[in-house]
Amino acid sequence: MGLIARRVEADGIPTTSLTSALSITRSVNPPRAVFLDYPLGHTAGKAQDPALQREIVAAALTAVGELEQPGAVKMLPYRWSGDDDWKRETMLCGDTRSYRSSSPEYQCEADRALAAAAGDCPTCIFL
Amino acid sequence: MTTRRPPVDHIVRTRDLYSSLGHDPYRWVRNDGPPPWTELAKPLRECRVGLVGSGGVYRAGQVAFHHRDDISLRVIDTSVPVSELRTSHFAYDQTDARADPNVVFPVDTLRTLVAEGVIGELSPRAYAFMGGIYSARRVRDALAPEISRRLAEDEVDLALLVPV
Repeated sequence: MGLIARRVEADGIPTTSLTSALSITRSVNPPRAVFLDYPLGHTAGKAQDPALQREIVAAALTAVGELEQPGAVKMLPYRWSGDDDWKRETMLCGDTRSYRSSSPEYQCEADRALAAAAGDCPTCIFL
Repeated sequence: MTTRRPPVDHIVRTRDLYSSLGHDPYRWVRNDGPPPWTELAKPLRECRVGLVGSGGVYRAGQVAFHHRDDISLRVIDTSVPVSELRTSHFAYDQTDARADPNVVFPVDTLRTLVAEGVIGELSPRAYAFMGGIYSARRVRDALAPEISRRLAEDEVDLALLVPV
């Protein structure tokens, strides 16, 4: 996503990027980033906690007026849990990626039927 | 007293994973020097905000992502009820994102911030794809210009990017 942030910004639109992968963000170097120290898959907050989600997304948006140095990263104070044991587990859990096939992987079979019934998908952009 | 650990280093994590599978180390993009920079042209409360998320979100009725280097894009109407949002991603635990898509695609959250007057409006279209694309070249040459062009067409003043 950092590459996209850089392109959008270069084309004249300011960007702000949430991130939970600090080393990747530092390496790819988007214009502005806001770091949330959570496990991957929660970049905009915890499930079913709209108040916290609101704080996190608002912090990402207001960062645009606060970060003055290109490439700066704002650090958010939120913690995923009282201890950080989840980080050790993340490093230990090996390859959890799904099998890489070329057919669409639907969340549920009903979605496959819906997509088939819809026919051509004008909002699906295949590059 | 609870232990505070440093952030998970996902570059090290993928390097270890690749070497355990016998692959060459993945070469992450490294951009040194100051990145591109555009100043916000108006106060946040007047801005039209565009959302781009790479959590593999699609809307029921759309074609889902496949898990073999899919670089396709889904255009999602931002008036969508989150109950119609789905996820398909090869690399992260989607349990929470499926229970509450706002954790990777914060449309309800942004609608709240519009209602509060923190931002002016939410662009009518958001963009979703599946992050973890192996080829930086394909992102740079195909996906990034396509997203940038669409955000400009939507006349957004600011883009919020939510990677996974």
